[in-house]
Amino acid sequence: MGFVLVLLLCLLGPYASPYSETVQDLQLAASTPSWKHWLGTDSLGRDVLTRVLFGGRISLQVGIAATLVASFIGVTYGMVAGLIGGRTDAIMMRIVDILYAFPFMTFVILLTTMFEQSLTLIFVAIGAVEWLTMARVVRGQVLALKRQEFITAARGFGTGFGHILGRHLLPNVIGIVIIYGSLTVPGVMMFEATLSFLGLGIQPPFASWGVLISEGAAGIRSYPWLLLGPAAFFCSTLLFLNTLGDSLRDALDPREVS
Amino acid sequence: MLRFLIVRIMQGIAVVTAVLVITFGLMKAAPGGPFKTEKDVPAHVRANLEAYYGLDKPWYTQLGHHLRNFATLNLPDSYRFKGRGVGEIIAESFPVSAKVGSAALAISLLLGVPAGAIAGLRPFSIEDRLAMGAATLGVCMPSLVLGPIVAMVFGLKLNWFNVGGWTSSDDWVLPSLTLGLIYSAYVARLVRGGLREVLVQDFIRTARAKGAGEAAIVMRHALKLACMPLLNYLGPVAAGLLTGSFVVETVFYLPGLGQHYVSAAVNHDYTLAMAVGAFYAALICLFNLLVDVLQAFLNPRIGFK
Repeated sequence: MGFVLVLLLCLLGPYASPYSETVQDLQLAASTPSWKHWLGTDSLGRDVLTRVLFGGRISLQVGIAATLVASFIGVTYGMVAGLIGGRTDAIMMRIVDILYAFPFMTFVILLTTMFEQSLTLIFVAIGAVEWLTMARVVRGQVLALKRQEFITAARGFGTGFGHILGRHLLPNVIGIVIIYGSLTVPGVMMFEATLSFLGLGIQPPFASWGVLISEGAAGIRSYPWLLLGPAAFFCSTLLFLNTLGDSLRDALDPREVS
Repeated sequence: MLRFLIVRIMQGIAVVTAVLVITFGLMKAAPGGPFKTEKDVPAHVRANLEAYYGLDKPWYTQLGHHLRNFATLNLPDSYRFKGRGVGEIIAESFPVSAKVGSAALAISLLLGVPAGAIAGLRPFSIEDRLAMGAATLGVCMPSLVLGPIVAMVFGLKLNWFNVGGWTSSDDWVLPSLTLGLIYSAYVARLVRGGLREVLVQDFIRTARAKGAGEAAIVMRHALKLACMPLLNYLGPVAAGLLTGSFVVETVFYLPGLGQHYVSAAVNHDYTLAMAVGAFYAALICLFNLLVDVLQAFLNPRIGFK
């Protein structure tokens, strides 16, 4: 519920705001929260609430897009490993185990210094490193599914490998993919915020929540509201997403009986 | 056991080598180079510099050269900090990160394990709800938010500690507290989950049936197994904490190892980036190995495979 609220706020909020994200009003620079500017203004006189809502769009966009990339890689990898099974499966999962030991943060940092900074790069880069858990979960699910009769039947009819994957297995793993997807989104958003915090993610004048928090942290001595406003939005979104994922998982996990 | 160790060490070497190669590849693919700065270096000076560092050779020669150097621990100089070996830079900054990291690890365990245990032993009680509520908040409080807040409250408002720099002997407190609080939330959740999973198993019922006291059941039978998820989680986390957090080191201006990840990448300091990445990967492999050995001792069913 809370997440839907944040989503709607970020989608529609900017239209309702009387201020622009980029227009500066130096007369009003760094004013404290008031009735006119609910979260105050930053050092260039921009309305913080408006910037937070626009930033939320970017943060959520990155979070969702990178999760889609990660899910795509993870689901494909996990399903193929699980369905082939045997030696191939063992090797593919060993690779995943080994990849867990990689310092991906450094690779992503290198990637962001390599190319022209863009949103696409950021979510592809993050997506390319966040698929490991998804692959594991999906593979486990496929291992359990492929012993069931309907897969045997499909095989008996001579159904092709791709067809079994896409038509018979995919619909059955989609539930668990959604659950782990919703748990991946907050992780990705933290990743993006960390990059932006270090100045390697979203570049000004665009601002994600990570950028806003980093600006706020820099001026925390004099203008604490510049940190607290964006931080409150960011943390509550993470909270909503985590509780959503947790409760979905609990609802579908038969072992945990409350 | 011996076979297990050998396989794992080989795997670790493979990972470190892969990290070196990938880092080198990414750095090479990036536009610009260590000596291509905005300042116009005369062409012949740059050519000399590049020749000195072997940058004029084809990439495979350079890569082979780097790999040979790292393999024989004949660590190269940093491209950025002239005349300083990358080993020396790591040796200088690692103690800072390790001090902050180990204190953070201790804080997270001291807070997280009891909280998780209380919650797991009395599920759905008030204590459980409080502990898990706090843990959920902690999970949603990334260090880039908590760090500045901790700095503001304890440093600027209460004036208990310095904020920024590594000058006085208690400068580790605030960064460690930030990281420790965050990780204690994950630890508490894992301990609770582990306990809940173990306490419903048959051998616990058997222990109860034999008339073992509740304390003995938890201490002797349940805790060992309940620690498994935590142990698994702690391997990479310990390595990450010891090698320094980018964010916390930025917030508190610590001269730790974390800063070098970023600056080396931005400065095209190939050798430093490779060394820091390899160091981190080696630590992760080492901790994962430790975790697996510990697990095999705690749960003989896992064994050394």
